[in-house]
Amino acid sequence: MRLAVLLLLSLFTFAASTEVVKSTEAAGSLEAIESLEAIESPDAIKGAEVVAFSDESLRPRYQQLLQELRCPKCQNQNLADSNSPISQDLRREIQRMLEEQMTDKQIKDYLKSRYSEFILYRPEVNKNTWLLWGSPVLVVLLGLLILLRHNRQPKPSANKEVPKVNKESPSNTSDQQRLAELLGDKENQQ
Amino acid sequence: MNRLALFIPLALFVGLSLVLLFGLDKDPTDLPSALVGEAFPVFNLPSLKDEQNVVTEQDFNGDVVLVNVWATWCFACRIEHPMLNKLSEQGVKIIGLNYKDQRAGALAWLAERGDPYQFNIFDAKGSLGIDLGVYGAPETYLVDADGIIRHRRVGVVDDRVWESEFRAIYEQITGTEQ
Repeated sequence: MRLAVLLLLSLFTFAASTEVVKSTEAAGSLEAIESLEAIESPDAIKGAEVVAFSDESLRPRYQQLLQELRCPKCQNQNLADSNSPISQDLRREIQRMLEEQMTDKQIKDYLKSRYSEFILYRPEVNKNTWLLWGSPVLVVLLGLLILLRHNRQPKPSANKEVPKVNKESPSNTSDQQRLAELLGDKENQQ
Repeated sequence: MNRLALFIPLALFVGLSLVLLFGLDKDPTDLPSALVGEAFPVFNLPSLKDEQNVVTEQDFNGDVVLVNVWATWCFACRIEHPMLNKLSEQGVKIIGLNYKDQRAGALAWLAERGDPYQFNIFDAKGSLGIDLGVYGAPETYLVDADGIIRHRRVGVVDDRVWESEFRAIYEQITGTEQ
């Protein structure tokens, strides 16, 4: 029972934490772009250029791709965040490819063949990344293993000697007497 | 056995520390190149000196060349330029890729500092740059006679880099001693 609760709890916190991170990231950057556009002329803000699509349904995909693709020059930013020239070029390329009806996978492959896997913030599962993708599962399994081993060992309260003492000591008058004497001695000494 | 198990956390810690220690020496800006071993991308761009003259990869296929990505706005290119002049004097064929630059400024640069290039590709919009996966200048590619990229250097090529990264491959594919 305790095991199941612990497991559920850990899974829940894990899922919740990733969701929270995702939603705050997305909300933060989108809000920033919208508010900037509202205040100043969009041309004045590099990296927040207004992108016109022939079909509005391309826009969510565009934004999703910018979130998931990494700027090759400024390495800790994605293409949506970065205003380096290379990111501007790549945003324009992605827009062009979307207009040409390329799929997300084709677009990512196009960039991967030029900038290597480095550009994918969500790396593919392959021989270099299996450990990265698999480590959460491994850690959960390891935790389960430890829990199982821990539960299989006899609990301290089930230890034979402890209840013996508990049961007998209150009724054992000679022990009580001795205890009182010892305590009394100690108090006298102090 | 149980006593030995107590050392597991210590072993893990030491292991992790070693991994991180070796990570310190790695240059995070040194990206794996997707193009080494691949053919030089097909392109069709004006040359720097003559707007009407269109150059393609066919113009250097058949030769072992260095393709050097440079621009007047690129500070490190100033440092690199004397090395390119020197290599050119030694007979290394160098093709320039003038990347997202102004034509007049680039021509003035060559007039002032010397022109080590066989010719220059004028890539104002950076389209060939994207096909090459250029993310900063200078970059230098060693392309063999079959048009295959054999080595890529992001950053300045100086004597040390030439000796350690380029020379052996260059001599091997040209079959010459420099």
